[in-house]
Amino acid sequence: MRNHEKKPVIRTVGLTRHYTRNKQTIEAGRGLDLEIAPGELVAFLGPNGAGKSTTLRMLTTLIAPTAGTAEVAGYDVTRDRAAVRRSIGYVGQGNAAGHQYRGRDELFSQARAHGLSRRDARSRTDELLDAFDLTEHADRPVSRLSGGQRRRLDVAIGLVQEPAILFLDEPSTGLDPQNRVNLQEQVRRLNAKLGTTIVLTTHYLEEADALAGRVIVIDHGRTIADDTAAALKSSLGDLVSLEFGSAAHAMAGAAGADRIPGAHVTVTDTVVSVRAPFGRDAAPGLVADLAAAGTPVTRLEVVGPTLDDVFLNLTGRSLRESNETASAVDAADIAGDQNEGAAA
Amino acid sequence: MTIEITQVRDAAPAASVRRTAVAASPVGIVADIGNVFARELMPVLRNPASVLFAMVQPLVFLALFAPLLPETPTGSALQWFVPGIVSMTALMSASFTGANLSEEIVSGSFERLLVSPVRRSALLIGKSLREMVPLVLQTLVIVLAVAPFAFDVHVVGIVGGIVVLVPFSVGLGALSLALAVAAKDQAWVFWTVQQTAIFPLLLLAGVLLPLDGAPGWLQTAADLNPLRYIVDAERALFAGDYPMDTIAAGLAGSVIVGVLGLWIGVRAMNRAS
Repeated sequence: MRNHEKKPVIRTVGLTRHYTRNKQTIEAGRGLDLEIAPGELVAFLGPNGAGKSTTLRMLTTLIAPTAGTAEVAGYDVTRDRAAVRRSIGYVGQGNAAGHQYRGRDELFSQARAHGLSRRDARSRTDELLDAFDLTEHADRPVSRLSGGQRRRLDVAIGLVQEPAILFLDEPSTGLDPQNRVNLQEQVRRLNAKLGTTIVLTTHYLEEADALAGRVIVIDHGRTIADDTAAALKSSLGDLVSLEFGSAAHAMAGAAGADRIPGAHVTVTDTVVSVRAPFGRDAAPGLVADLAAAGTPVTRLEVVGPTLDDVFLNLTGRSLRESNETASAVDAADIAGDQNEGAAA
Repeated sequence: MTIEITQVRDAAPAASVRRTAVAASPVGIVADIGNVFARELMPVLRNPASVLFAMVQPLVFLALFAPLLPETPTGSALQWFVPGIVSMTALMSASFTGANLSEEIVSGSFERLLVSPVRRSALLIGKSLREMVPLVLQTLVIVLAVAPFAFDVHVVGIVGGIVVLVPFSVGLGALSLALAVAAKDQAWVFWTVQQTAIFPLLLLAGVLLPLDGAPGWLQTAADLNPLRYIVDAERALFAGDYPMDTIAAGLAGSVIVGVLGLWIGVRAMNRAS
């Protein structure tokens, strides 16, 4: 949940990133203003190419902002990169462990890079291998691990120094549903038990919905919504469908439904559709009232809004469609971004 | 009818619940370089056979090329040829090193290192210093392989030869890493540039054939090639001669490549994203 009393651990002001592709300026981030409090679990949600990863790469010092500033753990991401890097854990889209290496060696080397003594690095390595159920795979080359095992190793490497802030870029892309659920469970526990601030990007609605206390919807490099998943959805309201025995009953039902605060009522023959905030809470009372009034409901259906409905409502586009059409653009996007990085 | 009542179970203990107090502390640049170097050696330590496999190549070259060498009036052709092969092996091995980095860029482990607290300069230097290991091992294998034939082993000369090659190997390794960083995930760019660069360097160093009878323009081009002076120095050292001007020229060529390579490499690494 959002907590404005605590000093934010991440604060951006007008954070902007441009890059040039085919002599055109692409804006991957456009004046992002953001505050994230300690202990928050935040998801950046948006279609491919919306600017989520670019934002994450700026916050983790991988690329420099074109304009604006960002502070992570109290350090400026351009002026004090070293301090930012010491303060954060990062799980990128690729594998953190080199494919020619062994998981145990990679954990150990990451621990040493963070300044742990040899002894501490060894015990921390064992601990993480155990916690992520990787002990029996620790001495095999990473190239021979399964996708799920590699992803667990990536997260373990990101946690070596027990960072106060953990960034995860598309953590569950490419994982099967079971591994995805496992990973989400790990992330949730980490946030709950250690109070680690977690920022992740995803284009899976279900993931943002299931995982994050706070969802920041990003589209075309801009924040278009920022709230809890529940609040985003409840602002849109549930869809309550009521079916009646006759069109006359339906008209009476529609009149009753219209008394629900914020309701938007449509009648089609014998079916009344009500879109209303907290519609699911109002539905039982409505059904009882209508039965008492002699116009009983014969069939009831309540559908909660999905984040896809939210995205559709905000942008006029479905997130799923945007992901499909954006994937071609995205490939060029990444190439352009990297060319820029090399030239910068 | 049965009614099943389910309760929300408390989750099992969190991953990475603290047992070791994680005492992260600032790391000095020397320790940073040491950590990167130690990591670089891991695949070799875990799988020593991989190094032996890489050493087959110069031996094949010796076995198939040395018999073609004409007898020279001044002494054994092998004595002339082996120092060139040692230099060539150093050139090949160091220029290939960026390929490992390309692989790390594609798989993602390089990105993790970029976000870690390791200094970028240490990342480059630690990886480049790794080149010393194959240089020493490969030189020893080549010398052992030719020792039974018409080849005099001068231990001091061989050690001197390795010392002269170290800055060259490290600098060329750094250039190869810089190339891999610039090529990003487009591995073909790396291979095209690497292949285009090494053969002129090799041929203009007189490794395979002497440059004595070369036309003027070729001589001029060879004079600009630092590897040429290194190869001359290697030949003198391996023969047990110690002409100071030749050795100094070789060492100077090697150090120039070393310094230039590290400078370009660190610059490239600082910009890597």
